[in-house]
This record gives sequence, C-alpha cells and structure tokens, in this order.
Amino acid sequence: MSDPLIRIEGIAKRFAGRGIETTVFDDLYFSVQPGEFVCLIGHSGCGKTTILNILAGLDEASEGYVFVGGREVSGPSLDRAVIFQSHALMPWLTVMGNIAFAVTSRWPDWNREKVREHCQKYIDLVNLTGAEKKRPAELSGGMKQRVGIARALAIQPQMLLMDEPFSALDALTRGVLQEEVLRICAETNQTVFMITHDVDEAILLADKIVLMTNGPRAKIAEIVVNTMPRSRTRHDLHKHPHYYRIRNHLIEFLVDRSRAFDGTSAAAGYDPRNPPLVQPGLDPGAAADGATVIPERSTTPALVAVR
Amino acid sequence: MKGRILRAPGRAGLSVWGAPLLSIVLLLMFLGLWHAGTKPEAGKQVVTDEYAKLVGGEAATGQKSALPTPADVGRTLWGHLNDPFYDKGPNDKGIGIQLAYSIARVALGYFLAALVAIPVGFLIGMSPLVYRALDPFIQVLKPISPLAWMPLALFTLKDSSVSSIFVIFICSMWPMLINTAFGVASVRKEWLNVAKTLEVGPLRKAFRVILPAAAPTIMTGMRISIGIAWLVIVAAEMLVGGTGIGYFVWNEWNNLSIANIISGILAIGLVGMFLDLSLAKLTKLVTFPE
Repeated sequence: MSDPLIRIEGIAKRFAGRGIETTVFDDLYFSVQPGEFVCLIGHSGCGKTTILNILAGLDEASEGYVFVGGREVSGPSLDRAVIFQSHALMPWLTVMGNIAFAVTSRWPDWNREKVREHCQKYIDLVNLTGAEKKRPAELSGGMKQRVGIARALAIQPQMLLMDEPFSALDALTRGVLQEEVLRICAETNQTVFMITHDVDEAILLADKIVLMTNGPRAKIAEIVVNTMPRSRTRHDLHKHPHYYRIRNHLIEFLVDRSRAFDGTSAAAGYDPRNPPLVQPGLDPGAAADGATVIPERSTTPALVAVR
Repeated sequence: MKGRILRAPGRAGLSVWGAPLLSIVLLLMFLGLWHAGTKPEAGKQVVTDEYAKLVGGEAATGQKSALPTPADVGRTLWGHLNDPFYDKGPNDKGIGIQLAYSIARVALGYFLAALVAIPVGFLIGMSPLVYRALDPFIQVLKPISPLAWMPLALFTLKDSSVSSIFVIFICSMWPMLINTAFGVASVRKEWLNVAKTLEVGPLRKAFRVILPAAAPTIMTGMRISIGIAWLVIVAAEMLVGGTGIGYFVWNEWNNLSIANIISGILAIGLVGMFLDLSLAKLTKLVTFPE
C-alpha cells in the first residue's frame, strides 16, 4: 500500500472542568489511504465530531499528531473540504454564489467567467442544474446538502470530511444522496472520511469502518474492512452474502461491545496503536448466525440507525 | 387573525379597504370633536355691558377659543404648503427651510455616528477582549441624555449649530454601536467555520461573511438611531435656537401662534415617519430568509 494520506497518531481530547479533567478520547491511531472511503461509527458523546474537527483543523487535539500528506496539520486548509451536518450555506448568497465563494477562495485570480463555468460543472455533477439562482431558503433539505457537497467538491480537495451529512434528511432523500456520493466518489476517486451513526450508510459507502467505543475515554476498538465489491448499490446491497455478516457484526458492536469495551477486553492483546483489522464478511460462521438473528433489515428498525 | 379574514370568501374587499376606511372615519371623528370643542360661540355676550360698549360689536359677542379650529390649522398648513421655502429674516422662515435645516443636521450627525459606531462595533463584536475593555464606558455613556452634553458641546465647540450636530452624533451612536457588536458577535459559528476551512483572509471574511450575516441586526440599530436622532434634534434646536423645526415650534410658541405650532408638530411627525420607513425599506433589502 502507498503512504497514507491521513495518519493520526495518538490523539486525545481532554477538557479541564472544575478540577476534574475529562478525557473524551485518547490514544487514537488510524490512517486513511488515498482514494479510500472511511467511515467512523460510534455512539453520541464519543467525540466523533471532535475528531473530524481536528482533522479539518477547526479544533486542536490535546495530545498527539495528525499528518495529512506527510505534513502535520496546523489549521484549516483548502486541501481538506468539510461537508457540515447543517449544510452551513450562506443564506444571502444564491446556489451559484455559495459555490463561487468557495471557488474564488481557492483560485482568487480566476476571472468571473472561469469561476462561473467551474461552478456550473459541479452544480451539474450534483444534479442541481436549473437551481443556480435560487437561494438556500428556496431549497429542500436534500438540495441544500447537494449544494454543500458541490461546494466542497468544487475546490478539488485532497480529501473530503463529512460530518453526518445526511442525518438531517428524510430516509428517501438520504438514500438518493448516498448513491450520488457513491457515484461521485467513484468518478473522482475522492478520499473521504465520514462520520455516521447509520450502520447501513457505513456499509454502503465505506471501504473501512472505524468502530469507536463509548466515551469518556473512547477508543478505537477495531477497524472493519468492507469486503463487498465497490460496485455495490443500495438496491442489491443486501443480496450480497457478506452483507448480514458485516451488518450483524457492527450492530452487535454498537449494542453490546461498545459499552463493555474497557480494560478487561484490552488485556487480550489489544494495542491501541494498531487496532485489530477484522473482516467479518469473510467469516462463514457469522452467516448462519446473522441470518437467524436479523432475517430482514426492516424488522428491527431500532437497530438500523443507532442514534 | 389577518390571514383568516383574507381567506374568508367574499370578504376580501373589506379586508383590503377596511383598515384605511376605519382610519379615515377615526380622523373625521377626531376633527369633528376638535371642531366642536373650539368653535366660537356666536351671539352670546360674555362681557359686562359697559365693557361691551367700550370695545364694540365683535369682541363683545364672540368668544374665540384659545385653541385654533381645524379650519384655522388647515388654512395655516395650506399657507405653509404653498410657500414652504420663503425667507424673511431670522425669525420668519418657511417651514420647508426649517425642516431642511433639521434634516441636514440629523443626516450629518447620524452619518458621522455611523462612521464611528459601525467599525468600532465590528471590533467589539469580533474581540471579546475589546468588548470587555469598552463595556464599562459604553454602559456609563449610553444612559446619558443627549441634551446633557449640550452645555459642554457649546463650551468646547463654540458654535450652536455644530453643537446640535454633536448631540445628534452622540445619541445615534449607541444603538448602532451595540447592535453592530451584537450582530457581529452572533454570526453563526458554522459560517465562520466555512470561511476557516476555505482559508478566507480576515478582510474577505469581514466583508463577505460577517457583514452580510450581521447586516439585518446592524440595520435595526440604524433604524432605532434615526428615530432617536429625530426626537433629539427638535429638543436641541429649541435649546440652541436660530434655525430648524424645533426652533420654529418654539418661536411660534413665543408668537402664541397655536396653529403654526400644530403645523410644526404635524411636519415633525410626517418627516419622522418618512425617515423610519426609508430605513425599514433598507433593512428589508439586506434581510435574508433563513
């Protein structure tokens, strides 16, 4: 494998409050290869958004280092575009204006026509052709998030950081946008780091799924490799034999192991510098097991999205 | 409530014309009462016979009320409207000239205040340190009645007209300053984060992100300021004299011309309304729907 695009080495986040120091997470190590799609899953409060903000340069780790392309992160950069959960569009600008603001920030010496053309390309890419002159208030939630995606992609970043980008959308819109992100990432070979709490979203989009234990003192318990082919779609995802093995593995982790993971399990050869890489999709034993536990994805709605 | 009336079938006409009609009826009722209260009672002798003999016919039989009738005021107003810009010496200028003096003073003081208050407000809003450092001064200076500055202004500036502009300056300053600081400080974090991740420079961030985001709040402050400035200019001009609508009203009080005083009051109200409406229009221009 080539050198990782992102390397996280022993980062921690601590808050000092009234004499007691709270550690949200510590001793985190993982890396993201170029072109890889990595999802981070964990319960609320384990510091997922903090990790993303540290990667984006919007927040600082209390300890440890983050390297992007071999250089240490020392603040926000145009090389790392962020797609915010709340889309964060500027309501006084049109769709075109919002994207153009990002494009002119990246290439300040471009003339108006070149900026417009470049923006149009990305508006077309996210299927918003015709809505260029609309303001965010006139758009639906899904369309706003499309603008957010176009704005992030338009600056052609080395990597895309997404903070639960679809969690505020309804299920139908979410599905459509997930497939579009899958398509766009395949077309552009974009490196993506995404935070989610939706297991199915992670299985559909990610090549690797990083599992975090519950905070405080959250850790990376393991990294699940998605062994399904990259050509997967939302439509035939669940037909693949690996699907339920991976899914059951993730859900079992989120329901039980994320809480139970502590010193005792760490004793069994666990090394935070090198969290175990597991491939539950290739584990035939899990198949029969999984099929009986959760035969249909819709029968246990409470487990589909762990919030 | 309004929406329900609008939606009721067959009543659209009433909802559109109802309010203006009611306004007119109320105005007519007011004029009627005013007329009834001030109309001269003809024919009745109100003085003693000897006095009546002495002063003769009209003075003896009609007692005119001290307040002018609506018709008197109407006639005076009509006169002002016909010739608003005449200038017959320092104590007799048309109401248009007087209003122009006042508006010019307000505009100048207000403009200077905006020039100081908006950048300083920006600074305060951006920096918690500057905010905490300047807050005690603002808290002490803000509640001071603008007219309390007048003697000090007259002493140091040595010019009554400049002093009234200074008073306008000082009174329009605070709402603009405080609203700008508040608007800038409460720009949503997510927009600032967008600017950060795009590596936007400080000037571009100030003008392209913070200013448009805070513009509605800043404009609200400017609207409050213009209202206060217009209230204060009348009092300031009564104090310093010379020219202006405030001086006009005071001068007519000295002339005991109640009809002219009422005309002046009406003009003050109309100009104030016009100033407020213009600022409201401007506020609407910079307001964005969420």
